[in-house]
Amino acid sequence: MAVKDFTPEQLDRYARHIVLPKVGGKGQKKLLDSRVFVIGAGGLGSPILLYLAAAGVGTLEIADMDRVDRSNLQRQIIHRSSTIGESKIESARAAIADLNPDVKVVAHERRVTARNAMELLANADVIVEGSDNFPTRYAVADAAFLLRKPLVSGAMFRFEGQVTVFPNDGGEDSPCYRCLFPEPPPAGAVASCQEAGIFGAVPGVIGSIQATETIKVLLGIGEPLIGRLLLFDALAMSFRSVKVRRNPKCALNGDRPTITQPQEMELTGEGEGCRA
Amino acid sequence: MDDPASVPAATLDITLDLCPMTFVKTKLELEDLRPGEVLEVFLRQGEPLENVTRSSEEEGHRVLTKDPALERGAGIWRLTIRCGGEG
Repeated sequence: MAVKDFTPEQLDRYARHIVLPKVGGKGQKKLLDSRVFVIGAGGLGSPILLYLAAAGVGTLEIADMDRVDRSNLQRQIIHRSSTIGESKIESARAAIADLNPDVKVVAHERRVTARNAMELLANADVIVEGSDNFPTRYAVADAAFLLRKPLVSGAMFRFEGQVTVFPNDGGEDSPCYRCLFPEPPPAGAVASCQEAGIFGAVPGVIGSIQATETIKVLLGIGEPLIGRLLLFDALAMSFRSVKVRRNPKCALNGDRPTITQPQEMELTGEGEGCRA
Repeated sequence: MDDPASVPAATLDITLDLCPMTFVKTKLELEDLRPGEVLEVFLRQGEPLENVTRSSEEEGHRVLTKDPALERGAGIWRLTIRCGGEG
């Protein structure tokens, strides 16, 4: 890279990245040439999208089919009182355009399902999970694995959250989402976020960690949360991590896989934790 | 300058820039060089001279010469930095 490879505006905007060891002009250019698919523009999606946009990730694909509701604004910081009633996609698109005009947004105003996941996610360099329901979560996890694309997974519930990275690289020791959570809990077993509540800043913490991990994976630097599940407890203000191993009996990633395409599930509208 | 190996492959003038743009531009030009090639930088004394020198060395490059560039005006210095190869 040289000075001439960036516009004067880009030199200003990305100065604090360019001077960093391990990032530099080459790393910044890599981010500008990257494409990340973010599932959901809600609680987790808000900080994920804002930080990726600020960092200059060149193309952000977003899937969400909800509209902005006043009750979202307690935690979904990409949206505004002035965008209540708008589609979250359009509200997020406007916020991103205002933050960083270098970023192209590709909007998908639809739910990611087992039927469309392979096609929707096919062009992404990294996939970031911020959805609010199990069918989407499993469809995304299956498709990311089958497409061999890194999945930065995050979840939250009340005062707690968790983050991990599934490399989906075919590595012998690389766990996938189903190695950790083979099957979704039965419908109704877990309260949805509407019933359970969510401490507003928790998705800020978890989503920001997901954005950090995404940028690390794109740049190929540091040690991403691969094979480690990071658990966050806001009330205790503590982090701990537990090992995540590949499960040889995993239906997707095991020695004798039985899942060869994303699995259809009935939509219950409930999550193991709320992501919205 | 008598040593052919020290002939600059590129020249950068950051006399009008402020921190952090002074090192942003220096670093980008160094990224563009091959290891061993030399970058010539004109900059102001004081903060730019001190910080660009230190930051370049921290990133594995070598400052070869550091002299006042009187022909460019009072307080302007000329650095030559040999690219260490790390971006």
